[in-house]
Amino acid sequence: MFFDSDLLMSALRALTPILLAALGGALCERAGVFNIGLEGMMLMGCFTAVATSWFTGSPWLGVLAAALAAAAYSLILAVGTVTLRGDAVVLGIAMNLLAVGLTSFLLRTIFGVQGTFDDPSLAGLPLVGGFSPLAYLAWAAVGVSALLLSRHVWGLRLRGVGEAPDAAATLGVSPARYKYAAVLLSGVLCGLAGAQLALGNVTLFSENMTAGRGWIAVVAVMLGRALPLGVLLAALLFGLAEAAGFRLQGLGMPQQATDAAPYVVTLVALFLSTAQRRRRNARTTGVAS
Amino acid sequence: MAVARIKGAARIKGALRSPVTFSVVAGLVIGALFLIGTGADPLAAYRAVVTGSLGADGIGSTLSTGTSVLGMSLALAIPLRAGLINLGGDGQMVLGGIAAAVTGLYSPLPAPLTVVLALLAGIAAGAAYAALAALCENRFGVPLLVSSLLLSYPATSFASYLVRYPLKEPGSSLPQTRQLPEGVALPAFGTSTVTIGLVLVVLAAAAYWFADRRTAVGYEIRMTGLNARFAAYAGVERKGLTLRLVATSGALAGLVGSIGVLSFPYRFLDGSLTAPGYTWTGLTAALLAAAAPLGTVLASFFFAVLQVGGLSMERTTDVPRELTQVLQAIVIVFLAARLRFPRLRRRKPEGPDGHEPDGQGPAAQKPAAQGEFA
Repeated sequence: MFFDSDLLMSALRALTPILLAALGGALCERAGVFNIGLEGMMLMGCFTAVATSWFTGSPWLGVLAAALAAAAYSLILAVGTVTLRGDAVVLGIAMNLLAVGLTSFLLRTIFGVQGTFDDPSLAGLPLVGGFSPLAYLAWAAVGVSALLLSRHVWGLRLRGVGEAPDAAATLGVSPARYKYAAVLLSGVLCGLAGAQLALGNVTLFSENMTAGRGWIAVVAVMLGRALPLGVLLAALLFGLAEAAGFRLQGLGMPQQATDAAPYVVTLVALFLSTAQRRRRNARTTGVAS
Repeated sequence: MAVARIKGAARIKGALRSPVTFSVVAGLVIGALFLIGTGADPLAAYRAVVTGSLGADGIGSTLSTGTSVLGMSLALAIPLRAGLINLGGDGQMVLGGIAAAVTGLYSPLPAPLTVVLALLAGIAAGAAYAALAALCENRFGVPLLVSSLLLSYPATSFASYLVRYPLKEPGSSLPQTRQLPEGVALPAFGTSTVTIGLVLVVLAAAAYWFADRRTAVGYEIRMTGLNARFAAYAGVERKGLTLRLVATSGALAGLVGSIGVLSFPYRFLDGSLTAPGYTWTGLTAALLAAAAPLGTVLASFFFAVLQVGGLSMERTTDVPRELTQVLQAIVIVFLAARLRFPRLRRRKPEGPDGHEPDGQGPAAQKPAAQGEFA
């Protein structure tokens, strides 16, 4: 049987890093900051998690350090776009490149290896009920951020800042402060995503190990229309594609075909969702765009 | 004459104060801090970068790396001039390389014609695949930034599959095609690794310069980059322009891929086109130059020097060459944040009220900052 509980389990395992990063992206989107630096923030999280876990022997400290390091790294985006009013797209791309360079450089200077660092004594996160503790945290984060955005005054103000910064400023809500908070939170979430990636299912660091997951998270934000539940569904779709890919690989499909599957599935989902939205817009306004 | 000299001086002053200068200097300073941090002598390291890349031993390598870097820089600069970012360069380049390799291996024509055909096949493959990303934006409303990047992954996987199974060299342990037949190669200059490919990309740069400066299309592109809505209002057909620009971009990426296959080692080896990161170096160079044609050539040369010099820096100082990648990214971070050197406030002895003679008081600084990506 192809679709069974095992497949769902492995899909749920695959989605955790995407989900965490995409929630961060959704918060930024809501606050009006286009964050495409998720990939780089995640990669910084991966490296910090592995390095800290290696030197302290505690994966928990690794998780904490990853969250802090990625949050510190996200300051580049916050300062660059909010304070200095730079171009968020260029900054995001530069941050992704910087993260690849910086982590590869540190991998060689600190660990003296090129490509991949893995060691049997590198401590990873324990499994609780078949999942990494960070997976539970990710699911909880969906609920918390959904409530925050829809019910709490902080979330309301965050959305206000994103939709009408001038109006928010007139009411005494500082757009800069909320934007900084959203970007820093996305840093924390991406750091956790990186820790999950590097200390969760596998315990190792390899160059550019995020391999486009941060970009998938960016797409998940678009697909889920920056709603926490929508983002969860989008991440689940990606997780299923990845898990089905692994399954097909076991059935003899070449690895290259299954590697490409998540990206193709994501792109197709994006087509369908925008097409559907356009049809709805056309119906309500009576004008085909 | 005197006016010209004053204008020249003002231009030099403006160039020194531009965010580009600030970013490059800041990048080099931070790079030096990294070097000190690892216990190396920054001056010796930078000297190794320069001598290793521009010395007699390195210049050939710099020019052959520069061929790919300049090709990808142009590929990314052309859409960037209109404010579009094509992130799928890797996929387009790899498909160009595969198309060139297949043509080179199976074409029944004589070798020189096969080389031309292989180049054209590479260009066509890259252009067609990039056009697909442009269609995603035009028809389906998926932003080009995302569609081009997402399409890149299946393309590299597809190429990787081809060279591991159907096109794999029999008996080889590497994921690579057979070597191209005798004579199916770009002519090289003397005994160096620099091929006629360099001439091709320089010609492409010249064509870009001409189109940008002297043609109506170039004007439309620049206007779209400055203000897309205004350009559309003035009659620029946005979707058609996107399609043409992105297809041109992909064509250049495909050209780089086919040049890579038609030069040493004269075959398609999985990962050999994407591993040096030409796409990202190219994007960095295009961003640094704000996609201006001459600036893109200069920035490409600068980054080719860094990339090749990084290797000799690693040999002489034991500092990993990944540092040059860090340096590149830092330059763009600073550039995107639009930081610049503060204006030096000199007190003129004859002007007691501190009046600035060139009429560029602090008020003149704001508008100047707007045109950085022009």
